Amino acid sequence: MKFESQMVAKPYFIFALTLFTGQILFGLILGLQYVSGDFLTTYIPFNVARMVHTNLLLVWLLFGFMGASYYLVPEESDTELYSPWLARVTFWVFAAAGVATVLGYLLVPYAKLAELTYNHLLPTMGREFLEQPTITKIGIVLVCLSYVFNIGMTILKGRKTVINMVLITGLIGLAVFFLFSFYNPENLVLDKYFWWWVVHLWVEGVWELILGAILAFVLIKVTGVDREVVEKWLYVIIALALISGLIGMGHHYFWIGPGEYWLWLGSIFSALEPVPFFMMVMFAFKMVGERRFEHQNQVAIKWALGTSVMAFLGAGVWGFIHTLAPVNYYTHGSQITAAHGHLAFFGAYAMIVLTIISYAMPILRGRPHGNSLSAQRLESFAFWMMCVSMIGITLALTVAGAWQVALQRLPEAGEALNFMATQDKIAPMFWLREAFGLIFFLGLVAYLSSFFVGSKEAVTLEQPQLAKPTAV
Amino acid sequence: MAERFTKGMARNIYYGGGVFVFLLLLGLTFDTMLKLPKRDHRENITEAVARGKALWEHNNCIGCHSIMGEGAYYAPELANVFDRRGGGNEQAFKGFMESWMAAQPLQIEGRRKMPQFHLSPEQVNDLSEFLIWTSRIDDNNWPPNIEG
Repeated sequence: MKFESQMVAKPYFIFALTLFTGQILFGLILGLQYVSGDFLTTYIPFNVARMVHTNLLLVWLLFGFMGASYYLVPEESDTELYSPWLARVTFWVFAAAGVATVLGYLLVPYAKLAELTYNHLLPTMGREFLEQPTITKIGIVLVCLSYVFNIGMTILKGRKTVINMVLITGLIGLAVFFLFSFYNPENLVLDKYFWWWVVHLWVEGVWELILGAILAFVLIKVTGVDREVVEKWLYVIIALALISGLIGMGHHYFWIGPGEYWLWLGSIFSALEPVPFFMMVMFAFKMVGERRFEHQNQVAIKWALGTSVMAFLGAGVWGFIHTLAPVNYYTHGSQITAAHGHLAFFGAYAMIVLTIISYAMPILRGRPHGNSLSAQRLESFAFWMMCVSMIGITLALTVAGAWQVALQRLPEAGEALNFMATQDKIAPMFWLREAFGLIFFLGLVAYLSSFFVGSKEAVTLEQPQLAKPTAV
Repeated sequence: MAERFTKGMARNIYYGGGVFVFLLLLGLTFDTMLKLPKRDHRENITEAVARGKALWEHNNCIGCHSIMGEGAYYAPELANVFDRRGGGNEQAFKGFMESWMAAQPLQIEGRRKMPQFHLSPEQVNDLSEFLIWTSRIDDNNWPPNIEG
């Protein structure tokens, strides 16, 4: 660790992993409710559990991005963080607001929560992923402002590297586009149109800048490859991400009201969205292949390579399979969408946060060369368990989705099965998904345990070993 | 990447391309805003429809259902429920909604449960108005059939 203020990242990472665990537990509840409609429904109705599942994801990723920024920006800027105090206060404010909101979801009926938080004054609640009470949304804005301000001021007083610039652009975009969550007109079509300016412009827009910046930082650190090379790749990848992704938003405009030209624009541009993700795979493997030394934190390298591959599969391949309008006409809002959502979020965003945690946490815990071999072995085992089971979840949902389309969407009106009957037919795939979900959870337990393993063992070598570049 | 392709060129593609495409998005959005009134028939958004949308949101219906394909995929699509359950007849649909909302949760073992929301008859009427209005949005003829 070069700067003391990087330490503020630590609680962010720990809290992110705590919320991640909660997210997976609620995922398991949801998975069971899919096949057993009575499971816990009197206490946690499906809509509540789903809201907790998706909101926890959102919030733990934000905590992860914040931890990542507070860790990497001082190092990139070559200066202490502008205000470690502000970062610590922001942490507690955000954590308290997050916990209070989730408790609100769980303890009172949603309509009651809307009433208690005066939603009618500025109605923003009850829209997918933006279920937070308006007061929480205002809190998120304040937290983001404090965060972007702190990071921005640090960059201003220090080195303005490409990684820093890309990261801060992504963060400003994150804060600005979230403001659209306050626009909720009576007209459902307008509501949906600009709802995507939060959701799509986050996950298929500015978040990709954040993802690229974090990945580039970790790759520089674990491979020692020349910064110039890394930066050129980073620029090309994020350029393609924005050029394909911004108009690629059209793939959400097919069936919610906007005009027909979006069918063409959305199909063509979003068909290009896998390209930057493929380049990210090439980038990660090439950098590791051209590494200048053997970093002892091997498992961090594994995460960095893994996130590029899983993001390409989830966001790239699984996005592409249903993005063309003629296909999407049949798959829109089916289990195919759920399959894509799971692999894309895990591969691109959950895994990039786990990547920076895997790299930075050992350093924050006083192990500059990474964790002990036994801890790394366990973490590596957890890596495979989570990746393989997430692919299992995705495949199960993909089959469920294709089956659903075949039963419910493709046949003519008189012959098509209705929704509920279709869900009964495809239930075996939901059981399979739940089984993979359990394996994922065990992988997560193994991952978390790796933090408590081998802390007494000495790290084998003091200095990073120099090695000739070898192909991977 | 080839040496001739410099970092400066990559940077210019990023900033230039990013700004250009964003402006294009703004232009397309402007054009869409001009065309939307014809497609979303906003002139028919009555106070009841607006209240219905607020009820839809306050009860987090999107947490189980989808509407125009967006939302959760746990319960049926509702943008065309007026056609499916009301056969295009407003009175029939409102009658259906009254009894359907009152009957929840259906006591069928193992079936996914819709909670009882304790809505008043006026509220159920508002919700129905919202769903009827939604079913008449021009959404490029989605879903493929009445089952949603």
